[in-house]
Parts: sequence; structure tokens; C-alpha cells
Amino acid sequence: MESALTERTRFQRALGWLQPHRIVLILIALAIVIYCIVALRWDWLPNYLGLAAQGIWRTIWLLVLSCAFGLALAIPLGFVQVTGPKILSIPALAFCTIIRGTPLLLQLWLLYFGLGSLFPQFPWIRDSFLWPILRQAWPYGLLALTLSFAGYEGEVMRGAFAGVPRGQLEAGRAFGMSRFTIFRRIWLPQALHRALPTLAGETVLQLKATPLVATITMMDIYGVASRVRQETYIIYEPLLLLALVYITITGILILLLRKLEARIPVRLG
Amino acid sequence: MIPRRESELSEIVVTWFGASSLELLALEPPGRGASLLYGFLNSVTVAFGAFGLGLLIGICGAYGKLYGGPVARDLWAIYTTLVRAIPDLVLVLIIFYAGTDLINQSLEAIGLGPIDIGGIPAGIGVLGVVQGAYATEVLRGAILGIPQGQIEAARAYGMPPALLLRRITIPAMLPFAIPGLANLWLIATKDTALLALIGVNELTQMARNAGSAEKSYFTFFIAAGALYLVLTLVSNVIIARIERRVRRGMPSMAGAH
Repeated sequence: MESALTERTRFQRALGWLQPHRIVLILIALAIVIYCIVALRWDWLPNYLGLAAQGIWRTIWLLVLSCAFGLALAIPLGFVQVTGPKILSIPALAFCTIIRGTPLLLQLWLLYFGLGSLFPQFPWIRDSFLWPILRQAWPYGLLALTLSFAGYEGEVMRGAFAGVPRGQLEAGRAFGMSRFTIFRRIWLPQALHRALPTLAGETVLQLKATPLVATITMMDIYGVASRVRQETYIIYEPLLLLALVYITITGILILLLRKLEARIPVRLG
Repeated sequence: MIPRRESELSEIVVTWFGASSLELLALEPPGRGASLLYGFLNSVTVAFGAFGLGLLIGICGAYGKLYGGPVARDLWAIYTTLVRAIPDLVLVLIIFYAGTDLINQSLEAIGLGPIDIGGIPAGIGVLGVVQGAYATEVLRGAILGIPQGQIEAARAYGMPPALLLRRITIPAMLPFAIPGLANLWLIATKDTALLALIGVNELTQMARNAGSAEKSYFTFFIAAGALYLVLTLVSNVIIARIERRVRRGMPSMAGAH
């Protein structure tokens, strides 16, 4: 009975959404899509499908790894700014300010071109086992994205740590918890909980920052699209498809993050 | 063995950061400081222009979303959603190529030859369209934050819409809009770096050119980074002043929670 009722209201809501002007807009959008499929050139697509799949995969692991490492760095960065001694909190503040005050593209190029041309001058780096990795572009791309995420999220975590009510921490101390236990059981979980909506939004922003790595020769999905542009002299089609791919990934990411947020219980005091 | 490595190291340190760095950054022709400053000025110009254009689009967008008809509302919603879902870099390329094509084709249609749009106007246009979408959301939220009775009162006095916007809506929404707009300004200054990829001579591009010509990327990228940082820090000071001025007469933020 109840489910039938909600089913009906949902149907009505959908009908309410589908007003006459929206039907016209959808038809116009469909016409544009059909025009794009028919009138634009897509014959290059089969040749680049494999490369595009690799590119999407590379974009995704770059996003996941940089967010994971960046968050792992951001937690101590935010924490020391709230309670740390000056010798730790000032460098953390300086790091966050510098990362947030300069363009990511500049940081990326500084690491790739700067470090990339500095390393070969040291024979012991060139002879080390790490050299085959350091010669490639991806460590620099991953490092730049990780540091950038850490800088922005360090600021978010600082606010989140500072926002945990003092009484909670005092209660933990009253129970005789050690400082580390208080951090692990009370301070960190509550700070993460507070920061979660912001972190979810920042993850989407991070996805939108990943195509920058194509400028240092990493073949993510954006890099594949620019390669199609260079090799076939087709400009719009790869860019339109690229926009579609990013919209899809953003949509999936938002759905996943919403599910994650829904799994964490919200308690309003 | 060890002393040799040390001397090598000090040599490298000198070449990267030492006396020669300062020579490379000198303002006189052999140094490249002047071209870096030129790039910096271009970046600031583009950021100002894009921010201004974004504000104009944002005001139109916020009005369209709040007071527009059903079609206008949906179109503005499509614009803001698309711009916020697609990476800035991809948008910059699409708008740049499509925009210049469109202008040249329409010029051809009315019988004029194609023109070469300069890098700075192109950059302002491209980033302005991106900024406009974010500004729309910021201003929409700010207008909703105004006690609506103030706007109703102005309407009841028979105030024409333009006067209402100038006298009531804009001054009343500014306290709510300033934090978001300040954030947008900071994003605008950093987004100008993306224009390096469409060949605009802004700061990042100039630093890269100088770095590759002098084989000294570190010096120029760090110098450029310092310029961006100064811009951000100075902006922060000015923003704090503007915020104090706009919020005058309002209860202090400290008492808010």
C-alpha cells in the first residue's frame, strides 16, 4: 500500500518535471546529438578505442591514488596546524599556503621539467634502481596531484579538527584514554565525518584537475583526445567526446560519493 | 671521492639557485625578469577581465535562474551544470576553438575577412564563460540570502528593476556574496595558467619559455610561483578589507556560532 503510494507520487513528480517546454528542450538536445552523430566525423573512433580505454583507466587510477595519498598527507597537515608545536605547524601552514596560492600547472611543470632535468645530473640517481621509474612522466604527475590535493585538503582537515567540540576530547581524557586513543577513537572520526561533504566535492574537483598531466606527456584520456587532434586534424569531435566522458565519470563519482555519505550515519544534536 | 661529489653538488646548487639565478632574473635584456613581469601583467589583466565578465554573466544568470521564465531557468541550469562537470582545461580548448571559429564564420557571413583574435581577449572570453557559471551559483545563493522583505518593499515603492538592482539587491547581497566571489577571484588568477596551453603569453608560459631557453627551469618556475603567491597574498589582504567594509553595521562573525 505504502509503496504503491510512493510509487504514484514519484510518477506524478516525474510527470510534473516533464513540462511542455522541457519536452521541447529534450527534443532540441536529441536533434543536436543526432546532428553530431550524422554530420560530424567519427571514422577515427575505432582506431583509437583501445587507447581511449587505456586513457580512461589511467585517469581513474591517477584520481584514486592521488586522492588516497593526498588525504593521508592532509590529515597530519591539518592536525599539526590545530594542536602541533610551532616547528611543525608553521611549515604545514606554509605548505598549504604555497600549494593553494600557485597554479597546479606551474607546480606540475616545476616538478617535471625542474626535477626531471635536475635528476640526470646526479650519477648516483641515474645508477639507482629507481631511475627507470624516475625517467617516466607518471611519478611527477602523481606527485604533483597528490601534493595539490594534500594542500587543499590540509586546510579542510584543519577546519574539521578545529571544529570538533572540546567537550568530546575532554570526556575522552576524563575516561583515562591515552592521547593516541583519543585521536584514533574521537578526534579523527569526528573530523573526517565533518569534512566528508567537502572532501566529496573536492574529489570531483580533483578529477577535473587530472587532464593537466597530459601536458607532461602522460596519456590519460585527455592526452588521447589531443593525440587524435594532432594526428587526424579533427578538432571538435574528440573534444566533444572527451567532455561526454568527463561528464559520465563525474556523474558516476557523485553517485558513489553520495552512497558513501549515506552509509555514514548522521546524528543531528 | 667524497670531496669531488661535494664540489659537483655545490656547482649544481650555484647553477640552479645561486648567483647565476639572480643574473637570469635581472630586468635588463640578458636577464629575463622583464619578460616574466610582462607575463605577470598579462595574467593579471586576463584575470581581471575574466572575473569582470564572469560577474556580468553571473548577475544575468542569477536573475535568469531566480526570476526567469521556465525556459530561461532550464537553459541557465544546463549552462552551469555543464561548465561545472567538464574540466576547465577541456572547456578552455572547446570555447577557444569553437569561439574563434564562430567569430570568423560570422565575419565571413557578413563579408569580412577572418581576424586573428589576440591572446588576451581570447583568454578573457574563455575564462569569463567558465567563471560565469560559478559566479551564477554564488550570486544566486547571495540573492536568496537577502531578507526578501527588502526587495518586496522596494517593489511596493514602485522602484524600477534597474534601480532595485543597484540600490537594494547588489548592496544587500554583497555580504553574502563576498566570500564566494573572493574564492572565484583566486581561482581566476590561477586559472590564467591554463591559457599557456592555447598559446597566450601569460606568466606560466613565459616562465616555461625562459626556462627552456636558459636550461634553468627551477629558477623561472620558482620565480613565477613567487609572483603568483604574492598576487594571492595581496588579494587576501584586499579581500579582508573589502569584506570588513561591506559587512559594516552587521553583527560580527564571531558571534555567529
